[in-house]
Amino acid sequence: MEGNIANMGQFIGAGLAAIGSGAAAIGVGHVAGNYLAGALRNPSAAASQTATLFIGLAFAEALGIFAFLVALLLMFAV
Amino acid sequence: MAEDASGGGGLTFAPLEQFVVRPLGGEAGDPVHWYTITNATLWMAIAVAAIAGLFVLGTQRREMIPSRAQSIAELLYGFVRKMVEDVAGREGLRYFPYIFTLFLFILFVNYLGLIPTSFSPTSQIAVTAVMGFGVFVAVTVLGFVLHGARFLGLFWMTDSPLILRPVIAVIELISYFVRPVSHSIRLAGNIMAGHAVIKVFAGFAPLVLISAFGVAVTPLSILAIVAIYGLEVLVAGIQAYVFTILTCVYLRDALHPGH
Repeated sequence: MEGNIANMGQFIGAGLAAIGSGAAAIGVGHVAGNYLAGALRNPSAAASQTATLFIGLAFAEALGIFAFLVALLLMFAV
Repeated sequence: MAEDASGGGGLTFAPLEQFVVRPLGGEAGDPVHWYTITNATLWMAIAVAAIAGLFVLGTQRREMIPSRAQSIAELLYGFVRKMVEDVAGREGLRYFPYIFTLFLFILFVNYLGLIPTSFSPTSQIAVTAVMGFGVFVAVTVLGFVLHGARFLGLFWMTDSPLILRPVIAVIELISYFVRPVSHSIRLAGNIMAGHAVIKVFAGFAPLVLISAFGVAVTPLSILAIVAIYGLEVLVAGIQAYVFTILTCVYLRDALHPGH
């Protein structure tokens, strides 16, 4: 066992930040699932809503990317 | 910290090494080193040359029955034009050239970055921030030029109760200024994350050379690289699409600030 407590903190922090990716995965799944549920109820309206779908996916996913960025910063920049 | 992450058991893990911007000529320290182009510049230039090549070739002989290059060029043009028209409205078509330029640049840089051993400039936040903040400044200036002080009505929700409006205005203002940050980091983060994941699996691939576990791990990791690569082909296109459609959404806000 070697290394110092600051390194340990970095690794634990990066691991905790990775939880954010899982949360973003839930969000993205929620958006896509609800889109599919709506699209199967009214398939004729589905095509006009794909743009909204992608915007929603992008917003949900961006926060996961932020979590990933925090993990990267902790690992390599701090 | 970067050197701590590599090594350990003979395998090398350096998933972020591929994102280092390096000058292509000269040794470190000598003056030539500072004035040669970097790999990021080179691949951006290749992307621009590829776009110019496709569109010069595609529009050279405009035939009724399009050649391959012509139909690709027409499909891309029609796709983005329809997107701008659907999201930003007919007035948005005046700014179609700018949006089309952004879309093509991001699309080509993303796809060229997927070639093994190449470099993808969109993984650099510096590159995407220039595009993201460029859109932000352009859209804000456009809003004020077209609507003057009425553009601030974007933050003042007239259809909400009066007592809530200042609170909503603050929230709207914050979300407006976070836009360029999320707009640029989304693209860079997606591309960087995807390439880093491929590199991590690539780090496991040579395990068969040093350990008996490798018999099971190496084929799995190579399969994983193929699968993630397939996903990345998808992500490269989708991120270009998302960046463009968000630009259209922001443009719509500037053209019609009164919700």
